[in-house]
Amino acid sequence: MVATQETINKVNEVGSAYKYGFVTDLESEKAPLGLNEDIVKFISSKKNEPKWLLDWRLKAYKKWLTMKEPDWAMVDFPKINFQDIYYYSAPKAKPKLNSLDEVDPELLKTYEKLGIPIKEQEMLAGVAVDYVFDSVSVATTFRDKLAKEGIIFCPISEAVQNHPDLVKKYIGSVIPMNDNYYAALNSAVFTDGSFVYVPKGVKCPMELSTYFRINEQNSGQFERTLIIVEDNSYVSYLEGCTAPQRDENQLHAAVVELVAMDDAEIKYSTVQNWYPGDKDGKGGIYNFVTKRGNCLGNRSKISWTQVETGSAITWKYPSCVLRGDNSVGEFYSVAVANNSQQADTGTKMIHIGKNTKSTIISKGISAGKAQNTYRGQVQIQKNAKGARNFTQCDSLLIGDKCGAHTVPYINQHTPSARVEHEATTSKISEDQLFYCLQRGLDTEQATSLIVNGFCKEVMKELPMEFAVEAQKLIGISLEGSVG
Amino acid sequence: MSLLEIKNACLKLDNKNILNGVSLSINSGEVHAIMGPNGSGKSTLSYMLSGRDGYELESGEILLDGQSLSDMSADERARSGLFLAFQYPVELPGVGAMSFLREAVNSRRKFIGQEEFDHLAFVKEARKEASKMFVKDEMLKRAVNVGFSGGEKKKFEILQMAMLKPKVSILDETDSGLDVDALKIVSDGVNAQRSDDNAIVVITHYQRLLDYIVPDFVHILSEGVIIKSGGPELALEVEKNGYAGMINAA
Ligand SMILES: Nc1ncnc2c1ncn2[C@@H]1O[C@H](COP(=O)(O)OP(=O)(O)O)[C@@H](O)[C@H]1O
Ligand SMILES: [Mg+2]
Repeated sequence: MVATQETINKVNEVGSAYKYGFVTDLESEKAPLGLNEDIVKFISSKKNEPKWLLDWRLKAYKKWLTMKEPDWAMVDFPKINFQDIYYYSAPKAKPKLNSLDEVDPELLKTYEKLGIPIKEQEMLAGVAVDYVFDSVSVATTFRDKLAKEGIIFCPISEAVQNHPDLVKKYIGSVIPMNDNYYAALNSAVFTDGSFVYVPKGVKCPMELSTYFRINEQNSGQFERTLIIVEDNSYVSYLEGCTAPQRDENQLHAAVVELVAMDDAEIKYSTVQNWYPGDKDGKGGIYNFVTKRGNCLGNRSKISWTQVETGSAITWKYPSCVLRGDNSVGEFYSVAVANNSQQADTGTKMIHIGKNTKSTIISKGISAGKAQNTYRGQVQIQKNAKGARNFTQCDSLLIGDKCGAHTVPYINQHTPSARVEHEATTSKISEDQLFYCLQRGLDTEQATSLIVNGFCKEVMKELPMEFAVEAQKLIGISLEGSVG
Repeated sequence: MSLLEIKNACLKLDNKNILNGVSLSINSGEVHAIMGPNGSGKSTLSYMLSGRDGYELESGEILLDGQSLSDMSADERARSGLFLAFQYPVELPGVGAMSFLREAVNSRRKFIGQEEFDHLAFVKEARKEASKMFVKDEMLKRAVNVGFSGGEKKKFEILQMAMLKPKVSILDETDSGLDVDALKIVSDGVNAQRSDDNAIVVITHYQRLLDYIVPDFVHILSEGVIIKSGGPELALEVEKNGYAGMINAA
């Protein structure tokens, strides 16, 4: 718990300014600016990739060239110049690391500033962390312990080398390379990310965790994560993200694919606090992420829990394809948008198998001039007899210049299915605020308390130590929004 | 020096005069009752004292322990030891009663330079006080005032008072909505807090509560002014003759 406490303390020290606004001074190795076939080849060769993967990337690149940026989301931003981005940047560190002592001390300092000292993390039995520093995974801990169980947890670039069959079989199997504009871009230029494989009948003994970090100026981040859980197995995966403060907007377009076989369960939790830009909307991260889980097996279960407090623009719809009979999909989300942030987020639940069940709990919080949209699709296909969905979508408004929007799409092709949708919009009442103030809590504390109460149903889905951190982050991101 | 001093307090709401020169001097160790018909300004007085937004004084002065409250925000006043038991306690969905209480108590303790309670010490203390009020653990696991019965809400207010150890407590119609048993429990809870270092202001419409919490002084508020002050016998007079006679005589 040392590291957790450390994180909490760090977060507590934060004033109204974004805490993680520092830049690590590391020499870095970059590909030339812009994107063309040669850049794709450069990335592939840097990573020493087999030919099939290079071909796959090139195919994705060609598809991407023919595609258009989606314009249906309720977000508004200047057009991105994709030729003005570095697609590869790696800190110059020793290529192979046998122990943490070999890790660049500057890098360790960065993680310390983030409140997740690796040393402490190592002691924090129960959490194994795969660090992604810009584009290259630098240190992976706990791998030995996991290996004993037959669990693979490593950077995806390493999995390409050591477990090519698994990667080849599953990459793009959940999210086809041409699924959408950003997924195609990611498929062409993804640099690193995590790979998890849990063999049959294994309950992963610890939470697996990745802290992403965007560091290099103008370097787009294109992580690719692939998690495969075999029959009767279980894994819980935590993704935490921070990015230093930058004036220019930075693009982030990740792809996360999950595959769950018979009776398998995957719990994927995200706490995202990337730089949201300043009060006037200058700077900040553009977060265009494609996340999808395939409940391939019968009675499989995939659960997405997300707490989104950062980024200037969030475009994100973690989804479940419920293919196996009796499979279960869950989506628990808290999306906070303050100042000039724009969030368009939600989920898709595609019911294909019989008696499939999905639950969607979405809590949107808007403050300042922010716009927060829930966009959710529930699709019950022809053979999904007895399918059920329950959607609860609540919005909380702080102040009167912000907006909340709910856009549900329901396609039901089976009479025996049951789809329920509930939506509410509320404000923090003056009565509630005064009641808290009268008990000695200041306005920030009171807001944070009321907001966290509003999010409770989602927060309780997060692993304990993550929930505490997420609560603090929500408080921080709403600072100054009331009173 | 009085613990709470109200000097000629005047206040308008919506351009309407609500308080028209209230003066009151309350010393440590005293219990004062403020009685008055509905709409006489009792709740307004309590909001004004506790610094609610929009209830700023038009003229006059209030002093807590000799310190002017006018420039202090509601939360600063609370941390300084001013407590209001609400006539209508407010629901906070999803906010656990126990953690709310802990955050409140620790804010106050920090302010007065006492060590904050750690989790275990707090739970122990809270349970001790709760059991005196016949408040079950189960209730403290629920969200603040959500689904609480009328009696539970008032018990929770007094439990907060017991934990916060304020210098001045204002109890706004704490008897409303209570049956006789609950009234007894709540009153015992309040009486247990009486001490030489604090003062309690009991706001009530009915004399009934004052059989249980026996005041040292009784004041009658009508149309935003105190028209009469006296001892406990004044409450009995109200009970017998109603407010009308008193107001007409004034
Ligand atoms: N927000 C408000 N704006 C205007 N008038 C108000 C407001 N709140 C209360 N009042 C009026 O102030 C008077 C005193 O109300 P209140 O203090 O609640 O009385 P009491 O608690 O003694 O019943 C009443 O006439 C009431 O209508
Ligand atoms: Mg009243």
